[in-house]
Amino acid sequence: MNQSEWPLWEVFIRSKQGLDHKHVGSLHAADAEMAIQNARDVYTRRLEGVSIWVVESSHVHASNPDDAAAFYEPANDKIYRHPTFYQVPDSIKHM
Amino acid sequence: MQVAPPTTHTPETQTQLFRYVLQLADTSLILAHRLSEWCGHGPILEQDLALANIALDFLGEARSYYQYAAELEGQGRTEDDLAYLRSAVEYRNPLLVEQPNGDFAATIVRQFIYDTFHYHLLQQLQAGPDTQLAAIAEKSVKEAAYHLKWSSEWIIRLGDGTEESRRRVEQAIASLWRYAGELTTPNATEKELQAAGLVPDYAAMLPQMEAHVARVFEEATLPVPQGVFMQKGGKDGRHTEHLGYLLTELQYMQRTYPGLTW
Repeated sequence: MNQSEWPLWEVFIRSKQGLDHKHVGSLHAADAEMAIQNARDVYTRRLEGVSIWVVESSHVHASNPDDAAAFYEPANDKIYRHPTFYQVPDSIKHM
Repeated sequence: MQVAPPTTHTPETQTQLFRYVLQLADTSLILAHRLSEWCGHGPILEQDLALANIALDFLGEARSYYQYAAELEGQGRTEDDLAYLRSAVEYRNPLLVEQPNGDFAATIVRQFIYDTFHYHLLQQLQAGPDTQLAAIAEKSVKEAAYHLKWSSEWIIRLGDGTEESRRRVEQAIASLWRYAGELTTPNATEKELQAAGLVPDYAAMLPQMEAHVARVFEEATLPVPQGVFMQKGGKDGRHTEHLGYLLTELQYMQRTYPGLTW
């Protein structure tokens, strides 16, 4: 069995009802059903989860690290985007 | 945890029940050992872990049965005495579970045959009159449900997979199906306990088991074997040559250093 023929899957686990699914890692599997079973065996052995999502890694599109300066640095000097930038007048209650 | 009061039996029934529970214990232990042999040799990391998980499930189940068997016998033997200090002819597991791992397809076929029986047996046992067996079955049936799902999915993938996987799974079915019949053929002990209504009637389980096999094999595009001559004897201590070698490894430490503890 040639492992390189099996696609890579990203695994997301919800640890408790009400919480978000969180990325926990990746694994190889021939299809989605097998990916979920593999995720169950690899990532939930110690009661880590109540729900599993798997997504084929090729379906995940990521930002390019080279774009980091253009993407994220402009936000550095825009402190007015934080609600804490604004002074709340005393007359306003319950904020 | 709330502990149900133990069921009381006559001495004769108690002896029969001891034999039956020992049979279940040996079956789980031997299959656990076979599966544990895959540890570090799985075809991929994910399946290596899956096999080890399943091995540990069976080992846990075996311990529960051995503890109960020791209690039923009442001769002061412990679970360790029963597991480590009995010879091959005293072991009561069916022939299927002692068969060597072979290739991955052979391990999957062996597992699928046993899981199909195991899951349906535990479903019956958990509703049975013996409170101890019912408690063990209730805990194990969830594990068994997963095992059955796992091995069924693999039968489908191997059967309806590549030319190579199909050739291998067909070969495994041809060499292992002959051990399936023993699981549901009651020996003298099982007959007596079934007549007393203490353990599940295998005949009543067969339609559901056959339906599951038919469904999985159909999806796997594999023909269900027909008219196979069934081997038996393991449940009465007549084993294939493989069990002795397995026990040699399993029992090595206790045989070489009697009474050794961690």
